[in-house]
Amino acid sequence: MTSPTVYLDHAATTPMVPAAVEAMTAHLLQVGNPSSLHASGRHARRVVEESRETIAQALNCRPGEIVFTSGGTEADNLAVKGMFWSRRAEDPRRTRVLTTAVEHHAVLDPVRWLGESEGADVELLPVDDRARLDVEALRAAVERDPAGVALISVMWANNEVGTLQPIDEVVALAAEHGIPVHTDAVQAVGHVPVDFATSGVDALTLTGHKLGGPYGVGALVVGREISVRPLVHGGGQERDIRSGTLDTPAIAGFAAAVELAVKQQAEHAARVGALRDDLVRRVIDAVPDAHLHGAQLDSGQARRLPGNAHLGFPGCEGDSLLMLLDARGIECSTGSACSAGVPQPSHVLLAMGCTAEAARHSLRFSLGHTTTQAEVDAVVEAIGPVVERARAARR
Amino acid sequence: MRVIAAMSGGVDSAVAAARAVEAGHHVTGIHLALSRNPASYRSGARGCCTIEDSNDARRAADVIGIPFYVWDLSERFHEDVVEDFMDEYAAGRTPNPCLRCNEKIKFAAVLDRALGLGFDAVATGHYARLHTGPDGLVEMHRAVDHGKDQSYVLGVLDQQQLRHSLFPLGDSTKADVRREAAERGLLVADKPDSHDICFVADGDNAGWLREKLGDRAPNHGGAIVDESGEVVGEHTGTYGFTIGQRKGLRLGRPAADGKPRFVLDIEPVSGTVTVGPRERLAVHRLRGIRPRWCGTVPGRLEGTVQLRAHGEELPARVDVGEDGVEIELLEPAYGIAPGQAAVVYDGTRVVGSATIAAAERVPA
Repeated sequence: MTSPTVYLDHAATTPMVPAAVEAMTAHLLQVGNPSSLHASGRHARRVVEESRETIAQALNCRPGEIVFTSGGTEADNLAVKGMFWSRRAEDPRRTRVLTTAVEHHAVLDPVRWLGESEGADVELLPVDDRARLDVEALRAAVERDPAGVALISVMWANNEVGTLQPIDEVVALAAEHGIPVHTDAVQAVGHVPVDFATSGVDALTLTGHKLGGPYGVGALVVGREISVRPLVHGGGQERDIRSGTLDTPAIAGFAAAVELAVKQQAEHAARVGALRDDLVRRVIDAVPDAHLHGAQLDSGQARRLPGNAHLGFPGCEGDSLLMLLDARGIECSTGSACSAGVPQPSHVLLAMGCTAEAARHSLRFSLGHTTTQAEVDAVVEAIGPVVERARAARR
Repeated sequence: MRVIAAMSGGVDSAVAAARAVEAGHHVTGIHLALSRNPASYRSGARGCCTIEDSNDARRAADVIGIPFYVWDLSERFHEDVVEDFMDEYAAGRTPNPCLRCNEKIKFAAVLDRALGLGFDAVATGHYARLHTGPDGLVEMHRAVDHGKDQSYVLGVLDQQQLRHSLFPLGDSTKADVRREAAERGLLVADKPDSHDICFVADGDNAGWLREKLGDRAPNHGGAIVDESGEVVGEHTGTYGFTIGQRKGLRLGRPAADGKPRFVLDIEPVSGTVTVGPRERLAVHRLRGIRPRWCGTVPGRLEGTVQLRAHGEELPARVDVGEDGVEIELLEPAYGIAPGQAAVVYDGTRVVGSATIAAAERVPA
């Protein structure tokens, strides 16, 4: 392949920004465990705490509310299981966990596990045909037995179709009954405005590699008054909620990336949103029966992530489209998770009311900070012939 | 050519893919997901359907340096191969699902999709040789390594399918292929060969059928009788038996003459299994249905037939009629069951195949 790779899978992972690479590499050769008391340890500790303060400032939370983890999945598990365990320990009636049918597996699977192994009563709340939570269904579920609800977890933005959830309404409803709210904001931070204190959520997940930072580091922002039982026991490094030696270089890189992503969020969203709109419109021009999944395009970024273009191509297998685009150097995702190595129809699309057939004919293009107009043009140029080919393969 | 290499995760298909690349083709590797729920199929590393096998195939593709995807053909496989396998056993026949898979999946569903996507051929790790004959038709011949030859399970391919097939291993021995895999740094080099049916865990056909057939089983038990009609044992379902089977009959008493007894007949409706001495299994004439020809349909032919995957070659006269194939065996065959495939050879060349509908025994 002579042409450069067109990378449109930023929701899977996005390239590190130079500031994060610099911050991270600056510490890779420096010895020092942040828990050690000597000078090297103190130096590492200072890097970690400055990073914590940087992230706190960017997200409008207190530094002490940040618990560093190995990434989004661990943070989601810690929030869901840890908050469930501690809420139920306070009051054994609290066995209910309410979440949406379109969560990432990092929330869905721990929630299901709580149901199967810990006696939790799990309810997956329905969404509309654009993947937005039905708040009235949540209200009805809560009001059936508010005292029994241990936790509500609703993602800030959906990773597959980019739909933003009505977090304000969820928080207002939960507050009426004193129920804590967790949100998986892995796809949101740096892409839409995220303000921890103003949002009123009690716990929020973010991760480094979705916003220009390194892999393997993330955080759970969790209010100081919220009690969370640990998942990982050991040295108790992070508020006794999370153990394990802190990864100083990764945390420094993570902080640099969060700071930059939040600072540039508005400009980034406007630029990437315009490219996304262009991509969607011109792809639909090229393939007239293609259609957008999720919320309508909106310039105000109130309903949809700016970088997300999730499109359905009737009569095609998403797998065939992906393979044909990949052969042309264009990288995207089918949006379907692999379950045990076998592609399964996306639970998000099924929850939105798509048939299994429609769920399989989809592609997710996700744009990010390195995306250019030339990349969008390459997709527009390729998509017509590729769809035609993929249709031929099904006949 | 643009080539799809079907990669099972085993050593043969990995080397076949590598050779296709070396021959100058533009190769893309695929692994077929044949179960919706791979963990429920065979465990361990001997099949081609487990997650571990899929990972092995992916890793081999990485080493070879080709793109790799998993194609989900689980629904087609279930409909065309697994259900057929169950139906055939339920009807008292003995199917070969590998032929069925080659006919309906690897060289049909996969090939069609590949051609649709703009590829020219499908390459597999089967041991068989292809070359173009004097009449311009693609001929399939037995592999050089007679011990590994797999032309039998490919006997269902027609000319159109053969034209879009590549078998890069046909001129090699298995030992060479293993050596080459090691030289190429393919970690599957010493992975054991698969032998059993890929979707039956532990090779326990009867147990698998009992569980899957459930109420569809034509009977839940019956008598095992000898040729005089005397009951000599019982069984829990005819699908557990194959004509010619000797082991696992659990007969209460030995035969009067003390010789081992074999399954002679299976009657699924009444649930009767008849046993008798080996000489009563001798078959001299077969009728085949659903013929599949690799090239021109032969009228009449003196050649050889092979009646099971690693069976011997028997001299035969083959007559192709309107409603099937008549095969006269010049030497008797033993333990021939309806449902098995008869593959017809002319020397080393595969002529075609038919499904055995009836076997005529040597008169007593």
